[in-house]
Amino acid sequence: MSSVAVSKKKGFGAVLWDYLTTVDHKKLGVMYLFAGVLFFAIAGFEALLMRIQLMVPNNDFISAGLFNELLTMHGTTMLFLAATPLLFGFMNAIVPLQIGARDVAFPFLNSLGFWLFFLGAIFMHLSFFMGGAPDAGWTSYASLSLYSPGHGIDFYVLGLQISGAGTLISGINFIVTIITMRAPGMTFMRMPLFTWTTLISSSLILFAFPPLTVGLFFMLVDRMFGANFFDHTMGGNTIIWEHLFWIFGHPEVYILVLPAFGLFSEIIPVFARKRLFGYSSMVFATILIGFLGFMVWAHHMFTVGMGPTANAIFAIATMAIAVPTGMKVFNWILTIWGGSIKVTVPMLYALGFIPSFVAGGVTGVMMATAPLDYQLHDSYFIVAHFHYVIVGGIVTAIFGSMHYYWPIMFNRTLSEKLGVLTFWVFFIGFHLTFFLQHFLGLMGMPRRVFTFQADQGWDLFNYISSIGAIMMAVGVVLLVINVLLSIKTPPVNRRDYWGDGRSLEWSIQLPVPFYNFKQTPLVRGFDPCWLEKQEGNKEMMTYAEPLGDIHMPNNSILPLIMSIGLFIAAFGALYHPDGVSWSVPVIVIGLGITVLAMITRSVKDDHGFHVHVEEVIATEERLYGKGGNK
Amino acid sequence: MMKGLKKWRLFSLLAVITVFLSACSGEDYISTLKPAGEVGQDQFDLLIFSISIMTLVVVVVSFLYLYAFAKFRRSKLGEKHMPKQVEGSHTLEIIWAVIPIVLLLILSVPTILSTYKFADVKAMDEVDEEGNKTALTVNVTAKLYWWEFEYPEQGIVTAQELVVPTGERVYFNLKAADVKHSFWIPAVGGKMDNNVENVNKFWLEFGKESEGLKDGVFYGKCAELCGPSHALMDFKVKTVERAEFDAWVASMQATEGQTASVDSTDLGEATFAQSCLGCHAVSGVGSTGAMGPNLATFADRNRVAGILEHNKENLESWIANPEEYKPGNLMTGKYSELSPEEISAVADYIMSLSVEK
Amino acid sequence: MEETKFTPQTWPNHAEQATAEGKNKFVGIWIFICSDIVLFASVFATYLSLRNKGPAGMEFTTQSLFELPLAFVMTMLLLTSSLTSVYAMYHMKNYNIKGVITWMAITVLLGLGFLGLEIYEFYHYVHIGFGYTQSAFSSAFFTLVGTHGLHVIIGLVWITCLIVRNAKRGLNLYNAPKFYAASIYWHFIDVVWVFIFTVVYLMGVLG
Repeated sequence: MSSVAVSKKKGFGAVLWDYLTTVDHKKLGVMYLFAGVLFFAIAGFEALLMRIQLMVPNNDFISAGLFNELLTMHGTTMLFLAATPLLFGFMNAIVPLQIGARDVAFPFLNSLGFWLFFLGAIFMHLSFFMGGAPDAGWTSYASLSLYSPGHGIDFYVLGLQISGAGTLISGINFIVTIITMRAPGMTFMRMPLFTWTTLISSSLILFAFPPLTVGLFFMLVDRMFGANFFDHTMGGNTIIWEHLFWIFGHPEVYILVLPAFGLFSEIIPVFARKRLFGYSSMVFATILIGFLGFMVWAHHMFTVGMGPTANAIFAIATMAIAVPTGMKVFNWILTIWGGSIKVTVPMLYALGFIPSFVAGGVTGVMMATAPLDYQLHDSYFIVAHFHYVIVGGIVTAIFGSMHYYWPIMFNRTLSEKLGVLTFWVFFIGFHLTFFLQHFLGLMGMPRRVFTFQADQGWDLFNYISSIGAIMMAVGVVLLVINVLLSIKTPPVNRRDYWGDGRSLEWSIQLPVPFYNFKQTPLVRGFDPCWLEKQEGNKEMMTYAEPLGDIHMPNNSILPLIMSIGLFIAAFGALYHPDGVSWSVPVIVIGLGITVLAMITRSVKDDHGFHVHVEEVIATEERLYGKGGNK
Repeated sequence: MMKGLKKWRLFSLLAVITVFLSACSGEDYISTLKPAGEVGQDQFDLLIFSISIMTLVVVVVSFLYLYAFAKFRRSKLGEKHMPKQVEGSHTLEIIWAVIPIVLLLILSVPTILSTYKFADVKAMDEVDEEGNKTALTVNVTAKLYWWEFEYPEQGIVTAQELVVPTGERVYFNLKAADVKHSFWIPAVGGKMDNNVENVNKFWLEFGKESEGLKDGVFYGKCAELCGPSHALMDFKVKTVERAEFDAWVASMQATEGQTASVDSTDLGEATFAQSCLGCHAVSGVGSTGAMGPNLATFADRNRVAGILEHNKENLESWIANPEEYKPGNLMTGKYSELSPEEISAVADYIMSLSVEK
Repeated sequence: MEETKFTPQTWPNHAEQATAEGKNKFVGIWIFICSDIVLFASVFATYLSLRNKGPAGMEFTTQSLFELPLAFVMTMLLLTSSLTSVYAMYHMKNYNIKGVITWMAITVLLGLGFLGLEIYEFYHYVHIGFGYTQSAFSSAFFTLVGTHGLHVIIGLVWITCLIVRNAKRGLNLYNAPKFYAASIYWHFIDVVWVFIFTVVYLMGVLG
């Protein structure tokens, strides 16, 4: 196989084939990003419908059953199918560049991870057209989810099982990549914070997703094959589901928020033109948060009746997380302290993030106070709390990083002016929506209600909250417009787009060639790009090897085929309880396709290919003109 | 335990918060911010206490942050300005690790004490010299989408409207009959789940009579998603003085044996006996486990089906088509279709069921 | 990629980690096993909480059901197969493809023997009325032991593929990491079985 020429014009079919078979982390990053934006838009639209329904009391805009489907799909989609892939997009696109690698450790698995996620997500969304979406909340507590009629929950279980496998595979891939693929000199304590948080959050995936897999499997066999894990009349126990779900579910929050912390730890030093304050304590805090994240799952279950001792222990453990998180916040503030702050759009998001996230964090400590949580649990207070954390922490990170990394990912730029407008519309809308929800909760409004009676003191705040939601939607539309407009912007074609880049990815001349680095870089210290610039190195990079042949992995269609096999098998399982005759054959055929693809992968040698020196030079000239990357 | 906190309230910061909270603290029959009972009050105090600590944190962080943001702008410092590249500071890092730890330790003391206090249900089993239970226990069974309240010692059962005495700890056994629910009376105290496989126990103390409230009752909610009509799974709590409560119990016990007869000359009663009695008892004496809410005190309640205004028209509409008002309820389709006259007569009959009048 | 011809003298000491890809595989399989441990831990925890739980009047319990001799034989088979896979790795170190293939094949045979006994055991249980849907206990038992059985099947298919693919062409730096990863995985399955033997069978019969 020959090298992929970047600027060569290709037909639509060839481009499509290229994306279906690609193992290039940059392309997969882009695919994750767009898939994430798609599901983010869908889930956002669902939220908008719910807020319109709750704008006035006793509204009949949406029926009770549909509302439960929307709230379930909103939560599930946002966490599993929007936030996760969006962050995976940045991880894929940026982490190998940050550590000086030409690709990830397992490019094939990287592609498999994407297709599993994507087809699992598609499968789950088909439920809207095939008899109703899941309606037991994203937590899908066992008694209700076993009781729920129709196939909604089956779509949830099977879809998450498939996409969860993809997430797990990607997590393993990132861990190995960061352990083994770092360029010479890129020691652990020189790794950028985003790489660190990717490593820790992937480790959390590693330990958190198996319990979810197990829980989903129990639910699957309970609903479809007559098992009795959660049927208390047969000796089962629904609390097992709650434990398994939250052993996964709580770390999941950190899986998402740690990379967001990492992204801000990249953005803030660049636009403060100052080294990240307390790097080693930031790393330590990240590890500590990851570790504690596994010790606190039962704080979601204070009202379940675990007894005072368990509640007290988990309350204290949960409060402990505030300490490393606080360390991070102070480190960020001390980074801008004494710096030279340039307020670009990414920095604007970072600056908006700090107060929003602190607000979400302190309400978290309040909820950790178990006896107080008896009041706050499952009220609108918790809705406000986790949206402050997720929107204030994760979504701002994603939006900010889109602006920040757009030049590297696309060699194009997003408009700053429109970005500023987007930020303010979204940010004000966000606080308008969720700040008052704290008080709605305290005033006694339970969460997950499709409507509410008038005159309980909730009318005004709900109305204002819905207005805020509309503003957020406008903000997202503006962002999408910005993305579309960026197609027309001139290519960047240079290094260090923001001028104050610090980590290795900014040393790369844009557009990034498919092999990332024509020579593997030598990392001589923390913040290598900054370091080289300080020493007057125009190339911003020192090399660890002479120009030579580059070894790259082959593209493959097998990941897609494996995923399609599981996708087909899922339909068989889904209709199994209906007693249709074709369900078992479909399961067998689907799994057979997957297994055959796996065996093919196993017995067919795949050595990758070499890009020879001449080809490298030719590619560089095509990308950067005569003289290549000099 | 909360006495120690009293002096905290002296801080002006707290006063500001309290004023702010009272400005938007909701209705006194449903808001956790207007606590009416020991548990709710303790939780409210804990709320104020933790909010004060947290406000302190937010204020410090915001101050540092805004100051840094205002002072170190590149537009002021000039494009060329090159900040000193600081690695970090161990002293500072230790300070901002230790201060939160101290704050959290302070917060954890009332947390642990209250956790054990609220879980203390030993008094449920205490008996006096004659072997009678000293404390009032109510068995709460949550069902799709209504609540059954059984008073096991008194041998009575009611639904949708909990009647309890004020000024004493009332103990609850919580269980769900179908799917998981959660029992929550916001103004009186924090919730606990009704699980399907085990009984949860906790207590509440009702600090004030519900007489003066807007509807004369506190509002109760289901706080765990339980299906389409989760939002409509309300109940009401009537709190009365002990003497009045005892009188209520006596009149409930007096309904023993009360039933509806198919042979009744009253069309309402006959129809009721024909179509409704299978699920709905009209005697307040009994135990838990009914298919539908006990109706012995229906006329004394203030909502139809927990949500609709309490009048005959709403009751008729409810009987005619429950699905319209509570989607997914288990009453729909359980009885043969009734003519408008029958519905009207049944409604009259049900509206006549009372122990208080 | 041109394959370098090795001799026992030039064959590197840690062939499984001699290439970048090999190193990735080596780290990767260990990381994967970490997550598989959590998977089994979750299933074990569930099994322990649902052990002997069922509808009123359930007739089967661990004590009436399990027989140690059969489980013991299965344990021995699997433990031995772990040992034989160590032999295979030993021969890989010495660049002896014949040894690798032979011992891996014996490993597969022992694994098949184990699997056969497990299938017999399951068949027997279902035959006497202890089916998957009979109680929460039965669901948990079949899921725990079955998950392990599934791992065994995957391991057998994997090793068989490796044997078939590489019997003729000998060892090289491309397939050495594959053999190594498969043998690590096989050891892991073995260790899990030791826990199953202890938690399910021993604890079931004795206490």
